[in-house]
Amino acid sequence: MSRIEIETINPDIFYHQSEKGQIHCSHCGEVCPDASITSGDKVFCCPGCRLVYEILAENDLCDYYNIDENAGVKQNNPIHSSKFDYLNDETIIQKLIDFSDGISTKATFHIPDMHCSSCVWLLESLYRLNGSITYSTVNFLKKELSVTYNVTEISLRGVVELLSSIGYEPQITLESIHKKVNSDSDRDLYIKIGVAGFCFANIMMLSFPEYLVQYDKVEPQIKMVFTYLALILSFPVFFYSSIDYFKSALKGWQQKMVNMDVPISLGILTLFIRSTYDIVSGSGTGFMDSFSGLVFLLLLGKLFQKKTYDTLSFDRDYKSYFPISVTKKSAGKETTIPLENLKQGDRIVIRNQEIIPADSILINGAAFIDYSFVTGESNPVTLISGDVIHAGGRQIGGVLEVDIIKYISNSYLTRLWNDDTFKKSYVSKITTLSNSISKYFTIIVLLLAGGSALYWLRTDFTMAINAFTAVLIVACPCALALSTPFTLGNVLRIFGKNKFYLKNISVIEALARINSVVFDKTGTITRSQKAKINFTASPGTFSELSKDEKLEIYSMVRESGHPLSRYIYKFFPSQKPLEVKEYHEVAGQGIKGRVNDNEIIIGSNSFLRIDNKKTRKTSATVVYIKINGKFRGYFQISNSYRLGLKEVVSGMVNRYKIYLLTGDNDSEKLKLSKIFLNKAKLFFNQSPYAKLNFIKKLQKSGEKVLMIGDGLNDAGALKQSDVGISISEDVNTFSPACDAILESDKFNLLYDFIKLSKASMKIIIVSFSISFFYNLVGLYFAMQGTLSPLIAAILMPISSISVVLFTTGSTALMAKRIKLL
Amino acid sequence: MSAIVVLIFGSLLVSIGFLIAFIWAVKSGQFDDKYTPSIRMLFDDKINQISSKKKNTKEEEE
Repeated sequence: MSRIEIETINPDIFYHQSEKGQIHCSHCGEVCPDASITSGDKVFCCPGCRLVYEILAENDLCDYYNIDENAGVKQNNPIHSSKFDYLNDETIIQKLIDFSDGISTKATFHIPDMHCSSCVWLLESLYRLNGSITYSTVNFLKKELSVTYNVTEISLRGVVELLSSIGYEPQITLESIHKKVNSDSDRDLYIKIGVAGFCFANIMMLSFPEYLVQYDKVEPQIKMVFTYLALILSFPVFFYSSIDYFKSALKGWQQKMVNMDVPISLGILTLFIRSTYDIVSGSGTGFMDSFSGLVFLLLLGKLFQKKTYDTLSFDRDYKSYFPISVTKKSAGKETTIPLENLKQGDRIVIRNQEIIPADSILINGAAFIDYSFVTGESNPVTLISGDVIHAGGRQIGGVLEVDIIKYISNSYLTRLWNDDTFKKSYVSKITTLSNSISKYFTIIVLLLAGGSALYWLRTDFTMAINAFTAVLIVACPCALALSTPFTLGNVLRIFGKNKFYLKNISVIEALARINSVVFDKTGTITRSQKAKINFTASPGTFSELSKDEKLEIYSMVRESGHPLSRYIYKFFPSQKPLEVKEYHEVAGQGIKGRVNDNEIIIGSNSFLRIDNKKTRKTSATVVYIKINGKFRGYFQISNSYRLGLKEVVSGMVNRYKIYLLTGDNDSEKLKLSKIFLNKAKLFFNQSPYAKLNFIKKLQKSGEKVLMIGDGLNDAGALKQSDVGISISEDVNTFSPACDAILESDKFNLLYDFIKLSKASMKIIIVSFSISFFYNLVGLYFAMQGTLSPLIAAILMPISSISVVLFTTGSTALMAKRIKLL
Repeated sequence: MSAIVVLIFGSLLVSIGFLIAFIWAVKSGQFDDKYTPSIRMLFDDKINQISSKKKNTKEEEE
């Protein structure tokens, strides 16, 4: 080894990674490997970042960097010039734009990289970058950008390319051209609440005087005006604001299901009819204030439980994962065609990081396909010409040419979506607690009302009607109906703060009831991005790699784009590389070259011609190193498990049946059963279909299943299970259809989430008994026929408010105890 | 009829005006995005502040 040469290198370079003296990229803020890429006095980590900076500087938009720290988005994927060719296709353009009058055109894009106020500022200043853009507005929570542009001057493709050039590449998927999202339901609820609130406040003002002692002295005409005004004001509440409750109750009735909306509708209906009768016949002033207050509070509860996560999508299928177009090659010419037009027998070109859209045969190129998202296999596979590539695999490395052999919807992966599980429209998978209670509740209330009516019927007919309606009014389960949305709505928010996003509140109930937990392996309990690497020296050599050997290997792997090379490259601290001579790479095999006059070969054992006795049989992927013809040792690259996995498992293992399903082979069986304390059943080599069927089998034996997965290979199982949680490294990227999305760094809290769900169910039961208590008090008056509007007006808000306070308070308290708040 | 009836009708009319204004606001999409406007309104001030801060530090340096 040439020791003298090493000493001439500044030793500081080896410690470049240390905290001191780090150079941060002026655009994205990441640490630069060296200070070689500059523009003016600014230093950048990559040419991409510099390019974006230069565009902004040219247009005097550098305020971008002043608004928020680390505004820029790292530019790591250079954009291929033909990438947006499909945006020339008129049919695709028509699907993407919202509106066009031939000149002024509006299009909405989803931009995942939007992350700070600088982004908002820059994206809304697009007109300064290009005069053909009239204006652009951002919806930050949805990560959406609406651009209005002059279509005679700039094409849709031009707009997309402009966005990409400043680092905000829009995400255009098959899904985004297939459906347009509407937000009208939210607006509807706001207006209903507004109308109900308005009427409630005014009716309250009109009926308040009648509760005062001196009311008898008021002129009868004024009393008339007051009561009739109240009646008029109650019409919009009854016919507009409360209409959804009747619809839902009717729907439930038709399906022979008594949901919570049935007793509510019964109460509302009786309140309104009885009050109207009282007012018109002049026999009383009615309960209009209680009526409108009730509807107002119920609608508020509806709003509270309706916390939605706009940027997240819980219903994605393979369409949003697949590209929107492919590059077709025919007669030596490359054209871009929409994916839908792809036919059997077409030859297409697949570039680095692109997804194979349909089952196909490899014709040309070095295929290194990452199936991890599709099958759960963690290691990419090398394929040779003539091999079949399944749809959904991602090519890593060079350019491929493949022939399509199956149409997209019949491909191995997408066939899963033809299963019945995906054809069912969404029906709530559980009968909620409140729905099962309301069944008995309705029967008891009707019995009580009928009973008291019968009792009074013997003596006084009007008293009988009075008592009958009064029981129905008082028993209207307002507090009961509020306890569920407020408890679960609050829990939903607490979960959201901990980066656990639920589709809706019924997931919490389902989560509280599970008794089996099924884990996927790759990407779920292992971290897909961070592999664990260790070096083992071969026997008979020095134990560890010396500093110069490290530098030599570092310089070698830097030259290669192979993922294993990248893993090893990242394993070393960043330092100044040495020059590599006679570099040579054999695709899928290894690399060869000279550094410091030492011949270095890195790669598989067959490439290095190491006899099998010296190599170790191991589950993990192994990369061998040969220096100057001598076997030096190997790097072992294995899965690293998520932080907190042990805690999660040890908390759950005695309370739930635990299963592990993985598409991987059983090489890590021992390690896994140790992690699961020998109490989990492990299943290996499971296809996506097998996973789905396994869940079905568990459910048939009466289990309530929680499935935790990540990739498309889990999509069927996630959909079939009672609760499907998708683990995601970045919640804004693709995740399969599921009930909940959990950000991966919060995986350690999984068991705490289940604990809080269980606690929240107890809180609901307690709050139910509180509201039953109020109902009993009301019934005491109602059955005697002495329920006055005053008692109703006091009882209703008190019971509602105390239930709301109790539920929100106690959920917060429980969350604090579990340390989720 | 006494003055109170007139007053009540008056107050009702005013509040109906507000209700209509609210419905219009919801329908015109003002409640669709409750977050971005809060960022947008800060832009001018914040940039000026920072650039003036920079000026100040530059002057100090000089």
